[in-house]
Amino acid sequence: MLHMIEHVFIEQSFVAAFAVVGAVMWISLAISKRFTAGRVHGSAIAIVMGLALAYAGGLVTGGQKGVADIPVFAGIGLMGGAMLRDFAIVATAFEVDVVEARKAGLLGVLSLGLGTILPFIVGIVVALAFGYTDAVSVTTIGAGAITYIVGPVTGAALGADSAVMAMSIATGVLKAIIVMVGTPFVARMIGLDNPRSAMAFGGLMGTVSGVAGGLAATDPKLVPYGALTATFHTGIGCLVGPSILYLGTRALLG
Amino acid sequence: MTIFGVALLAICTLIGVFIGDLLGVALQVKANVGGVGIAMMLLIAARVWLTRHGGLPHGIKLGVEFWATMYIPIVVAMAAQQNVVAAVRGGPIVLIAGVGAVSVCFAAVALIGHLGRDRTHEAEVEPELERGGKVIAGSFQPGDPEHAFSTAKGA
Repeated sequence: MLHMIEHVFIEQSFVAAFAVVGAVMWISLAISKRFTAGRVHGSAIAIVMGLALAYAGGLVTGGQKGVADIPVFAGIGLMGGAMLRDFAIVATAFEVDVVEARKAGLLGVLSLGLGTILPFIVGIVVALAFGYTDAVSVTTIGAGAITYIVGPVTGAALGADSAVMAMSIATGVLKAIIVMVGTPFVARMIGLDNPRSAMAFGGLMGTVSGVAGGLAATDPKLVPYGALTATFHTGIGCLVGPSILYLGTRALLG
Repeated sequence: MTIFGVALLAICTLIGVFIGDLLGVALQVKANVGGVGIAMMLLIAARVWLTRHGGLPHGIKLGVEFWATMYIPIVVAMAAQQNVVAAVRGGPIVLIAGVGAVSVCFAAVALIGHLGRDRTHEAEVEPELERGGKVIAGSFQPGDPEHAFSTAKGA
């Protein structure tokens, strides 16, 4: 019996993913209403539950794709993979106010620049503090603090050590997770309640998964504005990471 | 027809990602540069064009907005497949660099987020923003207001 249910879940994995995520959403909304009187968004709770499932999945399988490495939940890998994520992000653009987005264009560019340089500086300072002195390792760790894609792309281009690469990726993933979970808590403090600040937020935070999750958990109406700038972030990071940022770091370290 | 909306969304995404890939090649970067952002701009342009030329057909709207309403569940599925174990076990460098980078960026949002803010315009489009928020939150009801006309004339 159990074996047959498992078989259905594996054969219909994408359909099963809708049922599983639907259940997670339903439980989260119930928790939000009953235990927090709606103060904590249901979607914020759902994202934290998703991360908890990913942690459990990672412990059980030892894999890198959280719950999606368990065969019966493989459909979640497709549902939350880059393809459908990007498809849904593009769809949210249908709700954008054109005037507001265009007015904030320059702010978006400024935030993209800062969002690349600031985390990189933090990353290299930490790497130096922990005793790394060669420009390649320091740059790779710094690039990981930009996003978890910029880190390995930069590291691969520079021929970084695989342990440093792993650390760089982990830094980027941790950043994405903190942005997902932490944004609702700091939103009011940093003035994240209007389209302009959402565009600045997207460019500064960069990590598309972090921004997508963080804004969904904070206020869904801000999602398309943040996503609009965030999606340029990784490309820019991959552009300057192995080039300008590496040369700068090398010059600095002598 | 609903499929026209889904197809419009798909075409915008494909063209956007393709341009992003081309930009990546042109800049000699091993990544897509802004493909999704370009796709979003294409979709915004398509909406404005359709609104000006006889309004948005219901099917197109339904096809696109269905995927917008699926946004949060998809983000939850995305969260469920992050490599949380590696991030948690990364050790002190990972922890300090990650927390430090996020904190600095949050602070920067607070500093530059309100530059050149136009509150009058924001107040004008507030109902439209609220409507968008409801769609993306997946809690849009059939009786709720439709797209206001103001968005079309803005472009």
